[in-house]
Amino acid sequence: MNTREVLIMAASGLLLAGLACLPLADEGFWLTLGISLAGYVAMSTAWALFSGPTSYVSLATAAFFGTGAYVVVNLGETAPWPVVLVVAAVCGALLALLAGMATLRLTGVHFVIFTFGLAELIRQLVTWYQTNIGGAVGQYVFVDISSAQIYWQLLALCGLVFLAGWAINRSRLGLALRVIGDDETVAAHSGINTARVKLLLFCISGAFIAVVGAVLAPRWTYIEPSIAFNSMISFQVVIMALLGGSRRLWGPLVGVIPFTVLYELISGHFPNHTHLLLGTAFLLIVYFLPQGVAGRIEQLRLRRTHRETHAARSPATLGETAR
Amino acid sequence: MSNHLLLSIAGLTKVFGGLVAVNQISFDIQAGEVVGLLGPNGSGKTTLMNLISGALRPTQGSVTLEGRRLTGLPPHRIAATGVARTFQLVRVLPSLSALENVMVGAVFGPDQVSPGAARAVARSVLERVGLGGREHLHPAEMTYIDQKRIELARALAADPRILLLDEWLAGLNPTELQTGIELIRSLQAEGRTVLMVEHVMDAIRSLCDRCVVMSAGSKLAEGTPAEVLANPDVIRAYLGDDHA
Ligand SMILES: Nc1ncnc2c1ncn2[C@@H]1O[C@H](COP(=O)(O)OP(=O)(O)OP(=O)(O)O)[C@@H](O)[C@H]1O
Ligand SMILES: [Mg+2]
Repeated sequence: MNTREVLIMAASGLLLAGLACLPLADEGFWLTLGISLAGYVAMSTAWALFSGPTSYVSLATAAFFGTGAYVVVNLGETAPWPVVLVVAAVCGALLALLAGMATLRLTGVHFVIFTFGLAELIRQLVTWYQTNIGGAVGQYVFVDISSAQIYWQLLALCGLVFLAGWAINRSRLGLALRVIGDDETVAAHSGINTARVKLLLFCISGAFIAVVGAVLAPRWTYIEPSIAFNSMISFQVVIMALLGGSRRLWGPLVGVIPFTVLYELISGHFPNHTHLLLGTAFLLIVYFLPQGVAGRIEQLRLRRTHRETHAARSPATLGETAR
Repeated sequence: MSNHLLLSIAGLTKVFGGLVAVNQISFDIQAGEVVGLLGPNGSGKTTLMNLISGALRPTQGSVTLEGRRLTGLPPHRIAATGVARTFQLVRVLPSLSALENVMVGAVFGPDQVSPGAARAVARSVLERVGLGGREHLHPAEMTYIDQKRIELARALAADPRILLLDEWLAGLNPTELQTGIELIRSLQAEGRTVLMVEHVMDAIRSLCDRCVVMSAGSKLAEGTPAEVLANPDVIRAYLGDDHA
């Protein structure tokens, strides 16, 4: 670790500690917003751990999230809470492992559609199970956890996701991912087991998202598959991560904050227009900010250093690098 | 330089639909040899390289490295046994710096060098291919020849048992070509084994210990550069019937 990293770590620690004081000030609107933000930061960052470097757009977020929530439905009242969270993580990772083995050979749009289908399939399976074996489609969750505690758990989880991302980035695994993102053929011919690397990252990402689902489950008191496996979650996470930029660890964070705030405002005032907002946001991002805010910032920075170091280079070459 | 059998290719065949791109090719490469793979456009040279590196699975036949069968292994396993390559159309990693590009070869190659140590390896290999002092640049900021150098450096950083070069000298101007030939000669001098697809006759004459010539997928001739380049069949394959 160099001094810069130590400073960033210390600052992040302080920031988290500061944010953790929020419930002391307000238990209402702001805490609700804080929970939303923390949950989406954790999920979008976890999503980007896998999807950023590989460019595989996964719509399986709702599947992992719902799996975590249903672990709480089934174990929440019997097992100690930390055990519930660990089981959720393991279930998320296992689901990612199974889904990944089936799909990581697929590329582009095939992967997107399969992961979307997966979330729907699992929702149907859970519905079937709850109706025929579990007794009822909907279930009450009686877990004694306050909103403040949920918020603190999510903050801690955000810290963990960032720590994991940072550790991955500086490891062989992180280098392997960047190579895969650039050129899978070169990756394989350099000795990287591309399938295993992608699978591993998908599992890590899925485990984190499942834990978010578990932590948030007690918020609802009443859970049914259409809530826990709501595909809107998948879309929102993709949009936020892309808005921020999924190629940087801090990218999704930059996307989550404005989007969540805007979303809360709009769904509060115009509850029937949330889909419209999502759709429009998606189009705008893909069209104007394909690399996200983070990518845009990097680009501008790169262009500036270029101008300083290569004052004499032709505009064509500059355009090439900036793209 | 111990003279022992390193790579053995036996009856290697690749069929694409109805096209036999590589047809029953067999030859051996001794450790420390530089072998040229020649042939007109479309004769199957790149396909043969792809069969050795695992990019393609052969329809028939086998590739053996020091007695170990490589046929059917995925590319990353073949790379781990010490086969490294460059590509006919240069393939560099655009989001990585020159140094990181080359580190990749060492970190994931047969020796699985730690990232810290790989940095040092990458630095010295870049120096060797003439890119010393430009480690921090990204490929997009470099010329075509420099990108080719990065690619060669990436392959060399793996410290491979055998190096596959697919027209690495193509597209260089005369001065660059001389530098390129010198570079490959220095690899030869340190005892590296190289299989190189090449069209540049000067390079073939001055570098290759032996050549294999392909035509329409089949092996047409094998021998020293002087022998194969004087072979009437080879001349016919390259220039057409009138010149034989
Ligand atoms: N993946 C593929 N699918 C179908 N046909 C292919 C494939 N790869 C190569 N071919 C065909 O196989 C034949 C041999 O191609 P190859 O690229 O090996 O030739 P080459 O000797 O390397 O030629 P060049 O000197 O132009 O590089 C060509 O007819 C080519 O069109
Ligand atoms: Mg070729």
